[in-house]
Amino acid sequence: MTPLLEVQGISKRFGGLQAVGDVSFTLQEGEILGLIGPNGAGKTTLFNLVNGVYKTDTGSIIFAGKDITGCSPDQVVHLGLARTHQIVRPLNGMSVLENVIVGACYGREYQSLRAAHATALEVLEQVGLASRANAPAHSLTLAFKKRLEVARALAARPKLLLLDEVLAGLNPTEIAQMIDLIRKIRDSGVSVFMIEHVMQAIMNLSDRILVLNLGHKIAEAPPAEVVKNPDVVEAYLGFPDIVDKLRGTP
Amino acid sequence: MILRRPLLWLILALAALFVWLPLRTHDVALREDLILVAVAIILTSNLNLMIGYTGYVNFGHIVFYGLGGYVGLYLATVLNWHLVAAALTAGVAVSVLALLFGLGILRLRGAYFALATIGVLVAVQAFVANFEPWGRSTGMYVSFQSYTPLGGARRALWITYYLIIGVMALSLILSLGIRRSKFGLGLFAIREDEDAAIVLGVNATVYKAIIYSVSAFLPAVAGALMFFKNGMIDPSIAFEYMLSLEGIVMLMLGGQGTVAGSALGAALYERLRSYLLTSPRLSEFHLVIAGALLLLVVRLAPGGLIGWLYRLVPRSREVVE
Repeated sequence: MTPLLEVQGISKRFGGLQAVGDVSFTLQEGEILGLIGPNGAGKTTLFNLVNGVYKTDTGSIIFAGKDITGCSPDQVVHLGLARTHQIVRPLNGMSVLENVIVGACYGREYQSLRAAHATALEVLEQVGLASRANAPAHSLTLAFKKRLEVARALAARPKLLLLDEVLAGLNPTEIAQMIDLIRKIRDSGVSVFMIEHVMQAIMNLSDRILVLNLGHKIAEAPPAEVVKNPDVVEAYLGFPDIVDKLRGTP
Repeated sequence: MILRRPLLWLILALAALFVWLPLRTHDVALREDLILVAVAIILTSNLNLMIGYTGYVNFGHIVFYGLGGYVGLYLATVLNWHLVAAALTAGVAVSVLALLFGLGILRLRGAYFALATIGVLVAVQAFVANFEPWGRSTGMYVSFQSYTPLGGARRALWITYYLIIGVMALSLILSLGIRRSKFGLGLFAIREDEDAAIVLGVNATVYKAIIYSVSAFLPAVAGALMFFKNGMIDPSIAFEYMLSLEGIVMLMLGGQGTVAGSALGAALYERLRSYLLTSPRLSEFHLVIAGALLLLVVRLAPGGLIGWLYRLVPRSREVVE
């Protein structure tokens, strides 16, 4: 089976800093691929390269059989690749509902206003924001703003969703709800590529995990193997028996 | 969809009122007052498409009006075109030019874009002031026979008046239509956060260029009509910097981002301005008042009069948009 996303040797340099260096990986349809690594490892830069916010210096990105290297973010969304932001970016002057309608209007299906309205209501229900639909986006709490990010991206009806630290800053109850939501999104047929520092979550959710350090890939494997990889332990996890700790009952 | 908006009927009622008021008494002075209000509304509501809807401050909006005046006058008097054809062609020509400018300068954001719009204004004025076919700095005059196809000068002035009222109504309906459209939603998204809008799939480059070009069309048509009515044009009255700045004051006063606000601010400010300009003691004083007004509005009521109304009566949002 051809992968949904196939990244071949992409690099990005900012002045003297090699933010991402020669990274290759694949993502299969229906998969949840985790992306971890220490701060400054290049995780968000990798996302920005995949969805076209930055132009790659080298390499190629194939999504759903199309070469999207050099495409702008708005073109990438139309092909079915949506994302959320690590630092939430609600359209503050607009209501929660309007934010999501924008996502639906300009997403993969390029819906009409009327259809987008229906899609938005449905997605808000799905992420648990229905009761706040008419609230101004700026009035939401951080946890709700993160859900709004997810809702907007989902409204685009993507084939692949890039989630950039949607769990950061949430309390344990909110994290559990979000994990549940991510599972449901995957079960509805959307593949997920997610950056996360909450280890317990990413170990449990991911089918495979990609590990970056200093812009380079140091591992790409299922969670159980990743945590045993000495390079990963040294660069990021810190202690070797982490797998038992995290897999144990919470 | 738009037919169900109450504001549409208010706009049509306003246009009807503008037609009826001077007609009732054939009052020429009243007509001249109203035509200035109408032009202010045309300029402000189209400026609102850039500032209020898209979040891009255009300091050189008057350039569309002046260029429209030049193209229209040239076609109507030198080439003897019918006034309506000349005005529409002026609108199209200036829009195309704006599209080209826009694709260039709209790569800039924030203060840099605002500076570039001043550059456009200064450059266009300098070009026109040295352009031989348009009479360089002395400008152009409308020959008396240009009024003949419209049934003589007196009738021509009334026809121009009605045409300008039509352009005013179209400007407001255009603003309302865009506000209620998917295109408008994309513009609002750009206004709130351009990078987030792009990630959501809005093609910001194209959208900004289109709205810049659209915001040029009706002001250019109005310029062609207005300078034809006035009988002459020269670079200093066509590209009056102050009018460009006062457009921003009108918009902020009424409430940027709203259709009703652009019209209300334009009408109020234009009446105030006319009063000050004709009052013997205050005639050089109106810009001081404009500046002070802008400061007060931005400081105390950033949403303008309409924003203030929204706070007072939240449900008014549904009607006055």
